[in-house]
Amino acid sequence: MSNIPDGLLFSESHEWVSVYDGVATIGVSDFAQAEMGDITYVELPSEGDVLAAGDEFGALESVKASSELYCPVSGTVIEVNEALESSPEIVNSDPYGAWMIKVRLSDESELSSLLSAGAYAEIAR
Amino acid sequence: MDASLKKTCLYDEHLALGARMSPFAGFEMPIQYSGIIAEHNAVRTACGVFDVSHMGEITLAGEDALAFINRVFTNDVSGLAPGRILYGMMCLPSGGVVDDLLVYKEFADGYLLVVNAANIEKDFDWLNRCAEGFKVSLSNDSDAWGQIALQGPASEDRLVSLLGHEELRELGFYTFTNLAAEDGSRIIVSRTGYTGEDGFEIYAAPGLIKLFWKKLLEDGVVPCGLGCRDTLRFEAGLPLYGDELSESITPVEAGLSMFCKFGKAGGFIGEEALEAQRLEGAPRKLVGIELASNAVPRATYPVETPEGVQVGVVTTGYHSISLDKSICMALVSREYSALGTSLCVRIRKGVHEGVVTGKKFYKTNYKKK
Repeated sequence: MSNIPDGLLFSESHEWVSVYDGVATIGVSDFAQAEMGDITYVELPSEGDVLAAGDEFGALESVKASSELYCPVSGTVIEVNEALESSPEIVNSDPYGAWMIKVRLSDESELSSLLSAGAYAEIAR
Repeated sequence: MDASLKKTCLYDEHLALGARMSPFAGFEMPIQYSGIIAEHNAVRTACGVFDVSHMGEITLAGEDALAFINRVFTNDVSGLAPGRILYGMMCLPSGGVVDDLLVYKEFADGYLLVVNAANIEKDFDWLNRCAEGFKVSLSNDSDAWGQIALQGPASEDRLVSLLGHEELRELGFYTFTNLAAEDGSRIIVSRTGYTGEDGFEIYAAPGLIKLFWKKLLEDGVVPCGLGCRDTLRFEAGLPLYGDELSESITPVEAGLSMFCKFGKAGGFIGEEALEAQRLEGAPRKLVGIELASNAVPRATYPVETPEGVQVGVVTTGYHSISLDKSICMALVSREYSALGTSLCVRIRKGVHEGVVTGKKFYKTNYKKK
C-alpha cells in the first residue's frame, strides 16, 4: 500500500502539490516512486521558467525507464530542489520530502481541479 | 497478464518472492525482486542467480554435424574439443544476424546450441532450411531444459556447496562438464555467463532446476531479474540481440569480427558480405559514448555531432550502476566512430555532450585458467 498523506493535492499523473501563500510545492507520490523503482536522475527546469498546467517540467530516470514530470498548475518556477541533482535517490526514500519545484501560482482556481488524497487513492493502485 | 505468455519452471518461485513480472521474448519473466541496483551490486560483489530457463537449447547430431555447424556459424568449430564452448553468430547471406549463440561441443558429432529465447522458432527454422544436403538431425529441446545462471565472484563457492564436486572449481572459462543427477538425468555445468563476472550456467530438468534455485537462495545467493541482467551485460560491453545485433546490424558493424573466422575451410553463410565490410569498412560502427551529464541516454535516442547533425542512434544506455556515470552503446556512421570523437545524445529537449569510448565500460573479471 502506498502512502497518501491527507492535506496534499494530487494530479492524475501522480504529482503531489502543497500550497502555501500562493506558492505550490510539487513532487511525485509514493505510488509513482515505487512504480519507477530506483531513481537515478531527476531533470528539472530553470528558475524563472513559466509553465502552464499540464506542461512537462522535467523527468525522472530510473535504472530501467524514464518518466516525464507534468506541472499540475500554471505559474512561474521560483525555486528548484538542487539537492536532487546529487541525491536523486531521496525521491524513493522520502517522496513527500523530495520536492522538485516551487511555482508561484498564476491562477489559484486551478487547484480545485486537483484530486484530494481520498480521490487519488482510487487511482494510485 | 497475457495468457499466451509462456512460464518457466521457476514461475511460482518468482511470484512467491514478490518479483515484478513482465513479458519478455514470449515468456512472463521476473524483471526485479529487491531492486535492480541491489541485485546488480550483489552480482558484482558476491553472487546472484538468474532464471534463464527461457533460453533455447537445440541439439545437433549426425555425421555431417561439424561441416554443417561450421557452415551456419561464424566462428570456427573445427578444432573444438568436447567440453569446450564457442560464442558466435548465425548470419544471413547479407551479413545480418539471425541470432548470436553458444555452441557446446558434446562429443565427436554432437553439439548443443544455446540460443536467444526470442529467436528459438526462427533459429530452428533457419537451421532446418540450411540443413538440406547435410546428414544431420536437429531437435528443439528448449522445453526439456531449465537453466539458471549463477554469477559473481562467490559463484564458485556457492556452486560447490550446491553440487559438491570440488573439481568444478577447475572448470575453465568457456568449458563445461556433465554431472548425473540422482534420478540419472543429466546436469550440464558451464563456466559462462552474461554479466562480466566469473560464473556458471547450470542446465537440468525443470524439477531439478527448481530444487537448485531454492537451495541457492537458502545459501544466501541473491535472486536477480532481467533488469540487472541487462545493466550487467551492458557495462561489460556484451551485445544483446535486438539492440546491438539484428538482421540489419552485422557482426562487423557491432565490432564482433573476432568471432567470425574469415577464410575457414568451407566458409560460412554471410562471409562474403562480411568480408567486404571488413575490408572496405562498415558504413556504421557500434561505439561506446560517455556523457558529461547524468542524464540517461536510452535506446533509439538520436546521436548528433556538436553541430547538430544526426549521425547515429543509441542502442542501449544507462546511468551505469558500477561506474556511476551515464554511458551508452550507439550505432554511428564510421567517420564519427574514432575513440575521442565528440558526439552528443539528444535526450528529450536537451542535447548532452559526450565522447566516444570503448564499449567495454567495466573491467571484466572472468576466471581464465
